Amino acid sequence: MVTVHAADEILEILDLVKDPEIPVVSVRDMGIIRRVEAGGDRLKIVITPTYSGCPAMEVIERDIAAILKLHGLSDFDVETEISPAWTTDWITEEGRQKLHEYGIAPPANRGKAALMGQEAVACPQCGSSDTVLVSEFGSTACKALYKCRDCLEPFDYFKCV
Amino acid sequence: MTDKDMLFDYLLRLGDNSLILGQRLAEWTGHTPMLEEDLALTNVGLDLIGQARMLLTYAGEVEGKGRDEDRLAFHRDTAEWRNLLLLEQPNGDFAKTMARQFFFDHFQYLQFEALSTSSDERLAGIAAKSLKEIAYHRRHSTDWILRLGDGTAESHEKMQTAIDELWGFVPEMFEMDATDEALLDAGIGIDVARLRPAWDAAVNAILAEATLARPEDSWSVRGSREGKHSEHLGYLLAEMQFLQRAYPDAKW
Repeated sequence: MVTVHAADEILEILDLVKDPEIPVVSVRDMGIIRRVEAGGDRLKIVITPTYSGCPAMEVIERDIAAILKLHGLSDFDVETEISPAWTTDWITEEGRQKLHEYGIAPPANRGKAALMGQEAVACPQCGSSDTVLVSEFGSTACKALYKCRDCLEPFDYFKCV
Repeated sequence: MTDKDMLFDYLLRLGDNSLILGQRLAEWTGHTPMLEEDLALTNVGLDLIGQARMLLTYAGEVEGKGRDEDRLAFHRDTAEWRNLLLLEQPNGDFAKTMARQFFFDHFQYLQFEALSTSSDERLAGIAAKSLKEIAYHRRHSTDWILRLGDGTAESHEKMQTAIDELWGFVPEMFEMDATDEALLDAGIGIDVARLRPAWDAAVNAILAEATLARPEDSWSVRGSREGKHSEHLGYLLAEMQFLQRAYPDAKW
């Protein structure tokens, strides 16, 4: 029997796919799912890389296929599109909240201006804004390493792109 | 050359630049002076390899002979590579790696910014995507030029030496040949020669702030677009391509 799923239902299923490098957020929270095209002969899931060299993309594609199969779907394609380029603005409010709770400071200044200078980043542990950039490049391509001058804890900052 | 051949060649130049520099940065893994820098250089390298994957995949499709990104990366010999001579130069010390990066980051930013309005939508998309990352690369290498140039007497001397040693590789970045001209006319390619004043202005200002002297223009080398490379590329490829050469078509 063929069950027709609406795009919304598919999105709910895709919420179960977590970002392999930040497992508290789903790929949907991250804005990695560009769109779901349902209703045609085949279901199409269009995803976007965050960074060009993001090594998690292949895992994400595989995880999406696995979860859809688990829900009895087989006629689907997962495609990657790079335009328009992914931006941290696509991270949902819920996603930003989850990042914060996990101890990663979400991208602070939205928009292009943040690329030009140093960003004011609040410590996700104690909330202090007296923080200092340790390294522009952190544990993954999408994060920078900061240190809080008040609570002295180091933390990751999700870079704004 | 047909239009298709020229576009293939153009994409190879762009993709090879990213891949060869990405491979050079990967050589630093576990060897950088401090952990943060180890992460930084491998992250920058990863971005570059990501760019190379998109560009070489596209190049292979344009060529239409069934070569994918891996085939192009692992099964071409020295004379078939189109990367700038600057990028295949050995890492040397940290100052030399940073000088190479600094020259290229400032160039690549301008190049990809211009390419992001190419009439070739796929190329424009790749350029726009990469540009966001290059902005970070450029800031990172610029910071090191300032820090080492305007640092201790020893760091200053090493930085100046590195800048001097690599200066002769700069003109090749801004060279235009028949392929560039043809693609410029088609609205696909860009005029790299016209990027030079903006590059000079940025680099001059940073060198001055870093208390480094801009070298005199004297010697310069070229030839990568005709497949004429320095001896260093062969050694780099020998390491990068070893597995696919020894075990052709091996898969993970």
